[in-house]
Amino acid sequence: MRAPLCAVLLGLAAPFAGTPATAAELNVAIEIPRLEVAEYHRPYVAAWLEREDQGVAANLAVWYEVANRKEGTRWLADLRQWWRRSGRNQTLPIDGVTGPTKPIGTHQLRFSDKQAPLATLAPGKYQLVVEAARETGGREVLRIPFEWPAKSAQSLSAKGEHELGTVSLNLAP
Amino acid sequence: MTRPQLRLAPALASALALAFVAGFPLAAQAHKAWLLPSETVLSANGWITVDAAVSNDLFYFNHQPMRLENLEILGPDGAPVVATNQNTGRYRSTFDVNLVTSGTYKLALINHSLNATYETAQGEKKRWRGTAAALATEIPADAKNVKVSETQGRIETFVTSGKPNDTALKPTGVGLELVPVTHPNDLVAGEPVQFRFVLDGKPAANLEIEVVPGGSRYRNEQNDTKVTTDKDGLMSVTWQEPGMYWIETAVQDNKTSVKQASFRRATYVATFEVLPQ
Repeated sequence: MRAPLCAVLLGLAAPFAGTPATAAELNVAIEIPRLEVAEYHRPYVAAWLEREDQGVAANLAVWYEVANRKEGTRWLADLRQWWRRSGRNQTLPIDGVTGPTKPIGTHQLRFSDKQAPLATLAPGKYQLVVEAARETGGREVLRIPFEWPAKSAQSLSAKGEHELGTVSLNLAP
Repeated sequence: MTRPQLRLAPALASALALAFVAGFPLAAQAHKAWLLPSETVLSANGWITVDAAVSNDLFYFNHQPMRLENLEILGPDGAPVVATNQNTGRYRSTFDVNLVTSGTYKLALINHSLNATYETAQGEKKRWRGTAAALATEIPADAKNVKVSETQGRIETFVTSGKPNDTALKPTGVGLELVPVTHPNDLVAGEPVQFRFVLDGKPAANLEIEVVPGGSRYRNEQNDTKVTTDKDGLMSVTWQEPGMYWIETAVQDNKTSVKQASFRRATYVATFEVLPQ
């Protein structure tokens, strides 16, 4: 989704000498864990950048049953923090953010500061927040604090206990 | 409504009327009346189902149903919304509401009635209950010691689909009402909540409010608490545990809206859902 566009932008940026050629990057990896349950449903997941005042600076991804026109949005409120801080004020789908639920495995989100939402992200302290809710399952929220813009390359992560595996945040200045 | 009511002898009623003219808050009813919606925060327009019952324990429908004749639902644009599939059973009434647009809905059972005690010309003590219009015709012209009291009661709950708004929450200016500072569908465990209470549209200071959390069957204490509104009518509370909460408050004074009535009793009851963090 995002990766090819990012690669194109990096490719375009390279020929310009004398100006910073590489874009600052913020890359997120979200692991949907394998769970041994009788009735498994892919989780609803929301990932966003949260400001210190708990407002949402940017929605990064929202995975829900987009194709289920009858009931897909009905369970978005189970992503309680995301719904309250951002979701209920949005019109869905959100271009470049919302998408279908994801299968078990690790999923990458790549962002460059040459495009939205990072291009307009004000400097400051933030948290990457990832919230997951699963039908007949539980709910989990993971948070990774970071500063923007990143002064050095960083690899940060948080590990979930039941609904999320490892969430990684990689920053490249 | 079939709410249990204090039955007072006429003489006692008059004495109490004088005593309460000063505006003493009234003790809570023995039984709790409540509306309980199936959910209060929805992320898609659709249906909810609501229970309406009277009971001692919250929120268990094991005593009496609420009658639904005075049910009023206001939608996000302030216009009335119809309740469908209304049913009154043995222990609870239920109804469904189709939330067709996003915003906040206010569901209320409203009781605005008069009670009177009087003596017939033969000296027989009688009680009467009804509307202001019926007062003139149903009480005999030669009745003596006619004492009329007015009741203004609200039993409310709130549901929001999508983005909350407050059009339906605007007070009508009659009786006791709740005006949000904190939106009633934005309640989360551990976060401070502020509601403003108004009486006839004006801030109700020093109002004593009883608060009881749901789930009373599975604990050994009522865990009821009392919160008093400040001089601006503000109630401030922090609910640490998620769940359904019930509140009740009442005021009695002589500011009636019907001139034959000598005192009025305004009550307010509401159910709130506090979600986990």
